[in-house]
Amino acid sequence: MLANLLTLVEKYGPVFIGGLGTTLELALISVAIGCLIGALVAIMRLCKSKALNLVATVYTEVIRDTPLLLQLYFFYFLLPDILPALKLSKFTCICVALVFNSGAYMSEVFRSGIQSIDRGQSEAARSLGLSSSQTMLRIVLPQAFKNVLPAMCNEFVAITKETSLASTFYVGDLMTQYQTISGKTYMVIEPLIIIGIIYFVVTFTMSKLVAVLERRLKEND
Amino acid sequence: MTDAFDLKDAPELIRVEDLHKDFGSLKVLAGINETIRKGEVVSIIGPSGSGKSTFLRCLNRLEEPTSGHIWFDGADIADRSVDIDRHRQKMGMVFQHFNIFPHMSVLENITLAPTLLGKMSRDEAVAKAEALLSRVGLLDKRDIKPTRLSGGQKQRLAIVRALAMEPEVMLFDEPTSALDPEMVGEVLSVIKGLAQNKMTCVIVTHEMGFAREVCNRVLFMDGGVICEQGAPGELFDHPRHPRTQDFLSKVL
Repeated sequence: MLANLLTLVEKYGPVFIGGLGTTLELALISVAIGCLIGALVAIMRLCKSKALNLVATVYTEVIRDTPLLLQLYFFYFLLPDILPALKLSKFTCICVALVFNSGAYMSEVFRSGIQSIDRGQSEAARSLGLSSSQTMLRIVLPQAFKNVLPAMCNEFVAITKETSLASTFYVGDLMTQYQTISGKTYMVIEPLIIIGIIYFVVTFTMSKLVAVLERRLKEND
Repeated sequence: MTDAFDLKDAPELIRVEDLHKDFGSLKVLAGINETIRKGEVVSIIGPSGSGKSTFLRCLNRLEEPTSGHIWFDGADIADRSVDIDRHRQKMGMVFQHFNIFPHMSVLENITLAPTLLGKMSRDEAVAKAEALLSRVGLLDKRDIKPTRLSGGQKQRLAIVRALAMEPEVMLFDEPTSALDPEMVGEVLSVIKGLAQNKMTCVIVTHEMGFAREVCNRVLFMDGGVICEQGAPGELFDHPRHPRTQDFLSKVL
């Protein structure tokens, strides 16, 4: 077993590393764009317009109450079908699905962050003559962002693991590389142990970094 | 203090007509008619739940009036089609809980609105802020985060933050109610300084001694209306309305 593991690392090391690269790329894209969508959707859910509330609520609930794998399938088949001219790669379709998914979860993170800011903060800003969008951008969001930073990082950790579902479509992430290597070597357990260790090290490190960040933020207050 | 009589002919700054505010079936304001003249220092007193804070917050529309008119700056600002942000720039407000922006330095708290709203250049705003800070004895705190200030210091900062916009009137919503007793004086003396400089002030307060000393008119509210009003000496020493008498007998 140990000999097999060492052989695998020696022979397929770069393949595993490449898989990790794709996994992190998927996670980063999902979280970065998901953040923007999340902030927007959170504002839509909290604004006065009933129509925007409804759109935002339906989006969040549909995403949160259906499986990610189903969403991946959905975008994977839907996007090339409705936008054939764009010639979207399967990687792009998967990214879109992941972005929409993390956007919904991020919007909940942001919503709780925005709601955690005392109403008096907005009232003070509005009383000085700031518009509602200036108040949001200058007063509420900067404070909310700080409050939700740890939750955002946790979301990043979660999505890093969830990208493994994208391997269903062979996009080249860690789990895809597992399937490739396992197919070539007829080994099932050993490559699984290796990618398991990689997933663990990466997410464990990220969780610890989040904990440090959280402590730093508290000290700053 | 300023004699109430020289202010009778001062120009009107805010005129409130038949102001109503309902929260659901609860009628918090039940028809308020009142005129605030330039240079007046008016305090609003009354039992809790009488609508005094709601009245004050309707003046800059932090609460939307249910009906009625508020004439200020040549417009009926109770009308929802007016650009309320523009009018709010001319009405400073100070809150019970200070509502200082904790993510900005003391100086940035003050310069934010004047620079963002294009009222002053950055340099002008900083100069103005420094002058105001030194007036309230906080100049040495200009670069620190306000979370490290005491309650009294926060409230003084809140006052100069509002003053930096050079408002025509200052609205105070129980400015000393959240303060430790030993800090009440420092805040009241800043407000007193404003009053002496002829800044128009409307102050919701429980500090009867302060109202008597600094204000030239006191409004007593109960049940969503102004029950009685007058010069402080008159209202405090010879209240006519039974509800005013009852209230004053409890608090004085």
